[in-house]
Amino acid sequence: MTTAIVIPRALPSLPEGWAAEKDFKPAGKLSAATQRAIEPVGPHFLAHARRARHKRTFSEDDRIQAQERAKNVEEEEDGDISEPEDPMMLQREAKDWKVRRHSMLTDCCFQSQDHYQVLGISKYRYKATEDQIKKAHRKKVLKHHPDKKAAAGRTDDDNFFKCIQKATEVLLDPVKRRQFDSIDEKAEVEPPTKKELAAKGGKNFYKLWGNVFRAESRFSKTHPVPQFGDEKSTKEEVDAFYNFWYNFDSWRSFEYLDEDVPDDNENRDQKRHMERKNANARKKKKAEDNARLRKILDDCSATDERIKKFRQEANAAKNKKRLDKEAAEKKALEEARAKKEAEEKAAKDAEEKAKLDREANKKAKEAAKTAVKKNKRVLKGSVKDANYFASGDASAATIDAVLNDVELVQSKVDPDEIAALAGKLNGLKVADEIKGVWSEEVKRLVAAGKLKDGEAKTLSA
Amino acid sequence: MSDNGAATSGAERLAIGITLGNSNSSIAYTSEGQTQVIANEDGDRQIPAILSYVDGEEYYGQQAKSFLVRNPKNTVAYFRDFLGKDRFKSIDPTHNHASAHPEDVNGTVAFTIKDKAEEDAAPSTLSVSEIMTRYLRRLVTAASDFNGKKVTSAVITVPTNFTDKQKSTLIAAAAAADLEVLQLISEPIAAVLAYDEAREAASSPQDKIIVVADLGGTRSDVAVVASRGGMYTILATAHDYEFAGAALDKVLMDHFAKEFMKKHSGVDPRQNARSLAKLKLEAESTKRALSIGNNASFSVESLAEGIDYASTINRLRYETIARSVFEGFNRLVESAVKKAGLDVLDIDEVILSGGTAHTPRIAANLKNIFPETTNVLAPSTSATAINPSELQARGAALQASLVQEYDAEDIEQSTHAAVTTVPHLANAIGVVSLSESGEEVFEPIIAPETAVPARRTIQLLAPKDGGDVYVKIVEGNTHIKVTQPESKTNGTKGATVEDAKDSDEEDSDDEEEEEEKREKVWKIGSTLAEAAVRDVKKGGKVEVTINVDAKLSVTVTTREVGGKGGVRGTL
Repeated sequence: MTTAIVIPRALPSLPEGWAAEKDFKPAGKLSAATQRAIEPVGPHFLAHARRARHKRTFSEDDRIQAQERAKNVEEEEDGDISEPEDPMMLQREAKDWKVRRHSMLTDCCFQSQDHYQVLGISKYRYKATEDQIKKAHRKKVLKHHPDKKAAAGRTDDDNFFKCIQKATEVLLDPVKRRQFDSIDEKAEVEPPTKKELAAKGGKNFYKLWGNVFRAESRFSKTHPVPQFGDEKSTKEEVDAFYNFWYNFDSWRSFEYLDEDVPDDNENRDQKRHMERKNANARKKKKAEDNARLRKILDDCSATDERIKKFRQEANAAKNKKRLDKEAAEKKALEEARAKKEAEEKAAKDAEEKAKLDREANKKAKEAAKTAVKKNKRVLKGSVKDANYFASGDASAATIDAVLNDVELVQSKVDPDEIAALAGKLNGLKVADEIKGVWSEEVKRLVAAGKLKDGEAKTLSA
Repeated sequence: MSDNGAATSGAERLAIGITLGNSNSSIAYTSEGQTQVIANEDGDRQIPAILSYVDGEEYYGQQAKSFLVRNPKNTVAYFRDFLGKDRFKSIDPTHNHASAHPEDVNGTVAFTIKDKAEEDAAPSTLSVSEIMTRYLRRLVTAASDFNGKKVTSAVITVPTNFTDKQKSTLIAAAAAADLEVLQLISEPIAAVLAYDEAREAASSPQDKIIVVADLGGTRSDVAVVASRGGMYTILATAHDYEFAGAALDKVLMDHFAKEFMKKHSGVDPRQNARSLAKLKLEAESTKRALSIGNNASFSVESLAEGIDYASTINRLRYETIARSVFEGFNRLVESAVKKAGLDVLDIDEVILSGGTAHTPRIAANLKNIFPETTNVLAPSTSATAINPSELQARGAALQASLVQEYDAEDIEQSTHAAVTTVPHLANAIGVVSLSESGEEVFEPIIAPETAVPARRTIQLLAPKDGGDVYVKIVEGNTHIKVTQPESKTNGTKGATVEDAKDSDEEDSDDEEEEEEKREKVWKIGSTLAEAAVRDVKKGGKVEVTINVDAKLSVTVTTREVGGKGGVRGTL
């Protein structure tokens, strides 16, 4: 770590007779040091901090740093590609890397080549980085190179080596790799069956479906893909999830399954026909794939408890609003009716009262009228009883004069006074008494100014 | 979704270096070992630390600076030093005279400005930290635009005399601007780091004493730094608020104002605020031009009373009228060296940093103060010098790139006082060797002021004839040997004979011959240990390694180069 500085100056020779144990003689101590703060800046300080915090000395730190560096290299070397090789796989013929239509009958034994498996990175599949692929390739090449086999006595055994080269060719070409990933069935996660979901009391729902969608999300053109979540996910998250997936933008394509297009030197009509056929087949498969994803989504959402829960919650909220509103309306209606009734009742009462009043008035008036008539009759009767204040048979003129005066008095007084007068006169038979009452009445009226002196002479005399 | 969220950590940080000044700020970014000072959207690498509000629109940097003339009341400038000052009395508002004035609001410093578009809107009172937050936000936006990615973190430089309160206020202001402060580092160290990183790629760091003169717009700070194996210790600092860029502006302003008064019947442009602002802006750019060329023009339209004014000045004239200011810089640097208990001969390097450091005269003066062996790093004295205005930002960016992968807790622990406070050797440790004339000479292995633990190795020649070699480990220190020259009387020049101690050497061109000779010599101190290396080959080399651990115990290992075994002992 520290490089030595070379000083072009000589050290002295050992003085004669100098000796010490192990050739070293300590002689003194360092003079006191000053405590100062070093500035926590720069790479050398960081090294110092590392040493201080881990209580390492220089040489220890050098060693540990060196070890760490060495370990990094080792890890890279070691890598991960150590999958056992399936003996069946090693028997493959390179030319069978792709399934051909005409071999459909023997499909069970002629599956198309799984490039990831060939390179021993089948646990990574679409997740494998380019670096991993390169390393895996190198490792397989070192193992399966035909020259090595030739050295072991097996000449011309380059079948699997060709498989490896094909796999690398496909996987290191981004376009071809996408095409292969599109149809890589082994990367697919089948949607869970009802039985699987029912197991463990339905607790696996989120895990199982989550795996399905995680696998499907490899086809997404947009990233990040929303996660399936779990029972604690919010409504927004779940909505975002389903919205994303129902509008899923997939790069999946099916060129890989195309039938071979014949070379140029064959019939070009034939070639075009094949191309058209392939294009149609791709389109059809794409449509099928979309339908498949849709079905998965439908199946999943149909059984998704969260959606049910959110719907119930939403309904409950909506219902609550509606009920509240209805109750309020009902209450308002009731109040309005009560008010109206009260008003109507009050109006009716008032009307009835008015009617009664009117009738009573009418009766009273009639009674008063009859009373007046009766009293007037009494008045007239009284003068008749008094024989018109004449001795012997009263002459017609006297009778007229008396009756005229009586009428005059009657017209000057109001009904009450008539009643009072009638009361006084009623029962009186003696002419003088009657006359007295009348003359008194006339006097009173004169005094009250209602009659002029000299009027109703017949009554006052 | 939670899976994606978990990945946000050190790896997704984007850290830049910010140097905040009273006058100007800079931002820098290090990627793949290349440090770049970022230009903002106006193309400025030195971004004036000014915010201005016009009709509710916020301007910063150079645009805001030009508003100092037309809209001084709503323009905030020179606010950095007010940050975190809790006593209004303790601030120096001199430089804010021509912009928004600082006010005392509940003991903290604030500015009242109109920052809203509405005509009748009440002016808002903004604290200094709010201003700083807004300014930082603009810097971060500029850096994010440059990187195309959101900048999340920064290392910010602060002056050495920033208090803890000021530091925490700055961190809070940055947090409000959505910026994580990874570390606050001191300005002189950032400058040293920038130079060290630029040179260090090839060789391991040398032990040296560095003077960092940070000459800014409103203040000058000098720090004496011991650089030992790439670790930096500040030995002394000096701060000055008189001798700074503003003082040079003032000299030029006065000069041109007087000239203007002479020509135009005594109209003084310094009497009118707007004229003064124009005068200051133009004086600043004239000063810059004089740092580059020998002549500079000064022209202002409608300087005062509608009169246009144009003039020129040459560098010599400028240096004459600004002489007192330049001497102030010299005294400041000398006082810092003296404060550290050192002599100018002890200084290996002088780093000039800050905008004012472009001035050639200052660098030349400093070169005269220090001996010829001292390397003065300024654009006018060294071709390889880094732009002094960018030094600190570069240093901060380098530090940011170093620590950006650390967790906040790691940084916290590493910068804790328990880690940073360590003993520093008072004396050098070295070995006694023989000079050509056969005298015993001290050869330092570990320099004084080295932080322990420390380890150094040197190789020396064996005696001519080989054989057994005597290695004597001693302490040593330096003293200044003064040799009086033979007195030569030179009557023609009326030179003043200067005092031996405080030699003021800047105008000594004619007196070089009569100068006394001052040398730094090592003195052998107390012996620490003796050892013997047996049977060294003829013409061989002997390697001596000294390792001082944190508890100051010394381990000496000495062996013949290429030989095995060797002698090892501890004391």
